[in-house]
Amino acid sequence: MKIAAKRNNTNSIVTLVCVAVLLITLLVINKFVRSDSMIMVVLQKTCVYALAAVSMNLLNGFTGLFSLGQAGFMALGAYSYALLTIPVEVRANVLYKHAGGIIDFCLPFIPALLIGGVIAAIFAFIIGLPVLRLKSDYLAIATLGFAEIMKNIIMSNDVAPLTNGPDPLSQYATGFGLPTYLAISAISILIIVLLIESSYGRAFKAIRDDEIAAEAMGINLTKHKMMSFIISAFFAGIAGGLLAMFNTTVSAVSYSTIMTYEILLIVVIGGIGSISGSIFATFLFVACREWWLRFLDSETLIPGITRGSFRMVVFSVVIMIIVLFFSRGMFGDKELPQIITNAMEKVRRKRAVADKVGESK
Amino acid sequence: MSETILKINDLKVNYGGIEAVKGISFDVPKGQIVTLIGANGAGKSSTLRSISGLVKPSGGTIEFEGENITGKDPTAIVKKGITLVPEGRKIFPDLTVLENLKIGAYLRKDDLTDDLNWVYDLFPRLKERSWQEGGTLSGGEQQMLAVGRALMSRPKVIMMDEPSLGLAPIIVRGIFDIIKEINARGVTVLLIEQNANMALKTAHIGYVLETGRLTMSGSGEELLANDQIKAAYLGT
Repeated sequence: MKIAAKRNNTNSIVTLVCVAVLLITLLVINKFVRSDSMIMVVLQKTCVYALAAVSMNLLNGFTGLFSLGQAGFMALGAYSYALLTIPVEVRANVLYKHAGGIIDFCLPFIPALLIGGVIAAIFAFIIGLPVLRLKSDYLAIATLGFAEIMKNIIMSNDVAPLTNGPDPLSQYATGFGLPTYLAISAISILIIVLLIESSYGRAFKAIRDDEIAAEAMGINLTKHKMMSFIISAFFAGIAGGLLAMFNTTVSAVSYSTIMTYEILLIVVIGGIGSISGSIFATFLFVACREWWLRFLDSETLIPGITRGSFRMVVFSVVIMIIVLFFSRGMFGDKELPQIITNAMEKVRRKRAVADKVGESK
Repeated sequence: MSETILKINDLKVNYGGIEAVKGISFDVPKGQIVTLIGANGAGKSSTLRSISGLVKPSGGTIEFEGENITGKDPTAIVKKGITLVPEGRKIFPDLTVLENLKIGAYLRKDDLTDDLNWVYDLFPRLKERSWQEGGTLSGGEQQMLAVGRALMSRPKVIMMDEPSLGLAPIIVRGIFDIIKEINARGVTVLLIEQNANMALKTAHIGYVLETGRLTMSGSGEELLANDQIKAAYLGT
């Protein structure tokens, strides 16, 4: 008990230090780096994708439900956000084929984001009941199908007066700085972490580990799976809204299976069941793709070999290497503070042994 | 004899068209250890699974404290006070020992300290390893954890599905001592076992199941002395 309590204490201290260091670094960068520099763009996109990845991890990593519907829920969030924040006076320009569309009001950005999340959650509720009866691969196929259907419905001409059909949306509320992205993403992730640490989170993990045993302990499987699915969709919706905010235009085409795979890749690389892993992997993923590997695209670097988009080849190789060396992702199912605490413990033990050896001599 | 806490009447269980339990009736008296013994496929596990609500019986009734609980879902049944220790332990490998125990008390909203202390008293090993992940425990420790986890729901009836499966004889003896200790605290135990010798020595009442039907019943000692039982289950 004592050892456990001590471990918990060290763990919370290390967690606090990690969060503090991260926040201070980001605030310093925000203060001293120009807002249009590459690192700011990367950090903003990291905030967006990190939330998407963590929401997917809640479902796939903590509840053991292999769902691939993320892009569908993000599309719902993105469209809700964009449609609700286009100023009334420019609606006629954006939705010019539909005389400004059927929505004729404009909301501030926070309510619009939240409504996007709620709409995604409502869709999760509707499809959850039939879909969550399926297990593993079948659930993945069904949710993937849902995302594709969602994309096609949004783009169809029948709903065009609402969504602008295949034409993109633009001129909605955008141009926010890093602190906005950071605050929304961090608060959302904090809520997910608190949920995972609560007794509900424990029940999710129990379902992931062993459904039958969880059921035998009196955990209502359907209710808890639905809960996880709906909450995951809600935050995916928020992430979709943030992505719309970041991209300045929204088009359903980009919310495709590829987006889901990108997020899945981040979750797998970071570690299935590790929130800090997802966040860290998001940063690496975004930074490598958008920034660090850019130099590979220049045709003059190695003439004849490097050319436009050559970085994607290198990027794929890097991912393969990571997966080969970290078969359970970079952090496994541990959190960063836990890994640091364990490492500290190891060093302390080694030192204690060394001291004892020294004394006996 | 004391009052009946669990009354099984003409219970039938189907598994994909196969009738695993073909209409069995038995009583579990309050505060006693009752065992169902039988070979593989006799329908023992199916019986427990249908009492705990994991499978719906195809016929018959299950009464708990005079109330019909047939076909209720596991959540309701655990709430009423019947908990199953599943076959093969089925602890949660990626949760710590303490988290495993807390899951056992998932439906309770009251203070867990007393129960946690009791479980730690019964199994000091679990206390030592409370922060360790369940999957890192040895087989015997996992069985202790499975029993401890079930006790955390503060059950009136604890049902155990083959607690001795795959464990070394000395650990099996320990598990049976614990079963007696739990029972001495007033918890009714319904135990199914292939280790008929140990089960009958521990139990007050035994029932013999063969291909989905009850064929014999009696006190533990009576059954132990029975020639047919000796030949079929005790190998002597």
